[in-house]
Amino acid sequence: MTDGVAAPIPPATRAEAPEIRIEASAIGDRLYRWITTGFALIIPALLLLIAVEVFVAGWPALSKFGVSFLTSSEWDAVNGKFGAAPAIFGTLVSSAIALIIATPLAVGVAIFLSEFAPRWIRQPLAFLVDLLAAIPSVVYGLWGLLVLLPMLRQHFMPFVKDTLHLGNFALFSGPAYGPSMIAAGLILAIMVLPYISAVTREVLLAVPRSQREAALALGATRWEMIRDAVVPYAKSGIIGGIILGLGRALGETMAVTMVIGNRHEISSSLFQPGYTMASLIANEFSEATNDLHLSALMGIGAVLFVVTIIVNTIARWLVWQTGRNKAP
Amino acid sequence: MTAPTIARAPRRPASHRSYRDMLATSTARTLSRRRVVSHIMIGLTCIAAVVATLPLLFILTHLAKQGAASVNWNFFTKMPVPTGELGGGMANAIVGTGIILVIASLIGLPVGMGAGLYLAEQRGTKLANIVRFLSDVLNGLPSIVLGIFGWQLLVRPFKHFSALAGGVALAAMMIPLVTRATEEMIRLVPVSMREAALALGYSRWRTSLSVVLRTALPGIVTGALMAIARIAGETAPLIFTAFGNSFWSVSPTQPIAALPMQIYTYALTPYDDWHAQAWAGALVLLGLVFVISVAARFATRSRFGLGGD
Amino acid sequence: MAIPISVADDQDLETVSPVTNASTDPTAENGRVTIAAESLDAYFGATRVVRDISFGVHSGQVTAIIGPSGCGKSTLLRCLNRMHETVPTARVEGEVRLEGKDIYGPSVSATGVRRHIGMVFQRPTPFPTMSIRDNVAAGLKTLPRADRPSRDDTNDLIERALKRTALWDEVKDRLNASAIALSGGQQQRLCIARALATSPKVLLLDEPTASLDPLSTQRVEELVYELRAEVTIIIVTHNMQQAARISDRTVFMLAGEMIEYLPTNAMFTAPKDPRTEAYITGRFG
Repeated sequence: MTDGVAAPIPPATRAEAPEIRIEASAIGDRLYRWITTGFALIIPALLLLIAVEVFVAGWPALSKFGVSFLTSSEWDAVNGKFGAAPAIFGTLVSSAIALIIATPLAVGVAIFLSEFAPRWIRQPLAFLVDLLAAIPSVVYGLWGLLVLLPMLRQHFMPFVKDTLHLGNFALFSGPAYGPSMIAAGLILAIMVLPYISAVTREVLLAVPRSQREAALALGATRWEMIRDAVVPYAKSGIIGGIILGLGRALGETMAVTMVIGNRHEISSSLFQPGYTMASLIANEFSEATNDLHLSALMGIGAVLFVVTIIVNTIARWLVWQTGRNKAP
Repeated sequence: MTAPTIARAPRRPASHRSYRDMLATSTARTLSRRRVVSHIMIGLTCIAAVVATLPLLFILTHLAKQGAASVNWNFFTKMPVPTGELGGGMANAIVGTGIILVIASLIGLPVGMGAGLYLAEQRGTKLANIVRFLSDVLNGLPSIVLGIFGWQLLVRPFKHFSALAGGVALAAMMIPLVTRATEEMIRLVPVSMREAALALGYSRWRTSLSVVLRTALPGIVTGALMAIARIAGETAPLIFTAFGNSFWSVSPTQPIAALPMQIYTYALTPYDDWHAQAWAGALVLLGLVFVISVAARFATRSRFGLGGD
Repeated sequence: MAIPISVADDQDLETVSPVTNASTDPTAENGRVTIAAESLDAYFGATRVVRDISFGVHSGQVTAIIGPSGCGKSTLLRCLNRMHETVPTARVEGEVRLEGKDIYGPSVSATGVRRHIGMVFQRPTPFPTMSIRDNVAAGLKTLPRADRPSRDDTNDLIERALKRTALWDEVKDRLNASAIALSGGQQQRLCIARALATSPKVLLLDEPTASLDPLSTQRVEELVYELRAEVTIIIVTHNMQQAARISDRTVFMLAGEMIEYLPTNAMFTAPKDPRTEAYITGRFG
């Protein structure tokens, strides 16, 4: 029971009718609303500002060259001719290589983690895969430059060209010094893998148990269940994850610029150096001699800006679609 | 009269019928063949898991080996020296990174938290949805584009590079991350907490700040630290804004060295001793990211210990 | 039932002792009416969940509101301290008079109203980032500067509130410890202490023992019974036995309407409306 009944609490406040003239809190509330709304509006404003600044910077080159900016391969800083086709080509090729390598691995890891992995392995393995995303790009580039390239030059490329006698194929032709499209593709694959894996894992976990159980009850093996019941359900989400990975690969700069060789060249060989849009900007910025050169670099930045926004938006929409299909 | 909508057939595994057929006509042989296929595929995913983690282990061990050799006291305290000389370090780059991160946080944290509060409290409104979508768009921009932005906005008009420009570019990267973390943490605070405060006579702003935000703060701090860890390793934006500095500088309006940029510069040289410095820098950078991430998890521990009952 | 004329505006409430006029029968209607609803309607969007309710609650009494789930009793309670309108699309029409003044009046601030009316919810809601002491004193922070008690007075208030809710002995050595380290029953009593610290005129309890074990429930019920001398208490409960145990008057609600409002004894022994009787005898719940 109560430990010694205390006296009733005397009113500590002046007894007043609940009518209070415009009090500070009403102003406080309004101020709070304005400030938080203001901060929130900074985001669209910032995005707009970025778009404006990037396009303003690139406009001189974009307007001067028009469509040929995207289609011409001629990049001549001295004579003021700038065509970004090799960079665009390189971006597409290196990203494609990255996705071809990373997707099966990432989806495989995700399936393993969500369906087959014993409980004790799930946490640590997921942690390790996600850790790949935490390593800074320049560290990947450093490793790529000082470890991967020598390995390619001394072992892998001679192996393919000489031991496998594939050196005459267009894909593997040309002198192979190391810096190459394949190097960029490999590094990008490693960098992009954790993103595809994380999204795939998420959408696989979102597949309802009833789907899995229905397949198993009909006599499907575990693999068949995954292939026929789980993956189709999560398909758009997985594709969304892949496109998200693509978005990251398109914009990746440092690691690529350190291993790709930085040459304005469109080549069918994986073993030849090339350029990507991002690595071109990073590489030539400090040496840009004149304003037109700078503007050309910025123009590429503008193209990159638009492309990544489109790709990322598609990716998010696809992932969002899977979420909507969840409810029966 | 509107046409009736056609109901979507529920999704079925592609070979439902074939399972039945298989069951009906299955022999021991086909069943075991399917089982073998299943085991093979499971094995393949297991291999995928191994292959996926191999590069990580490979890179980390290499980094530890190469970097450990050059990480010493000099590394943290001395300035860079020309190739061939001994005893150089990256003191200016380490400090520079710190300064840039502080500038970025001073901008990115308040904006991110304010925007996160807005998104959590105005959830469902059209403006909130638009802002959230645009925050995701901002998040997906390549860091080099943000570097161009910083250059055009803060370098070109003033005709020189600066730590401030670098901080602003990184802040633009930070804002979507902090916003999302804040929004999610605020949403986790139960409505009953808000109501308890309102019922006591708290005004809305006091409820949001003194009660809700305060309760969500450990989680928000975690999110903020994770965001800082993320931008600590960024190089591309800094190339255009902070630019780097081989001398000691802590001024926000001057070019400044930063660890990722220093690694990049050294890596591209042909000199072995500078390569060694680059490895050391990479190890320290990774260590920094790791320490911040660990501190982030530490922040979510309750301030009070577990009480008795 | 007649609603007595409320105290004149300029009368200083401190000079009116709450139970001066009351007869020994706590259910008598000659006590002061502290809070009264007049033609109260409450909406969620277009749905009317409280329908035209009028009643007055006398000081020095515990009034219980009972009724089946979904009848609107919690909503009615929340209308009395302007908490209902904190939900988006929620709306109130009608009047609620706290000592004569309509709390929904045009120039009345909701925050100010809530300072004079305390509320305790179904689940204990101590503020997790605050210590026990800071939790109890939390309500004092919202008082206008002039009325805010000094540090010593605050400590006194905290001690009194905790003693009043029978927590003092249990927590006096760890006032700076986290409030969430307490058990459920203790947390709920802490919430009551927090509500009492600002000396509210009315205390609203929304199923306060619903999530508590029987022993804690008993303690809270005893507490409520003792407090009625100094605070007007309205308690919503789905537990009829609880209403019978601790309340002086009871309101029975059904589908948003007030069916009956009687002294508790009468409600449970001789209700007038057949629906009341059906509910009380358990024919529906």
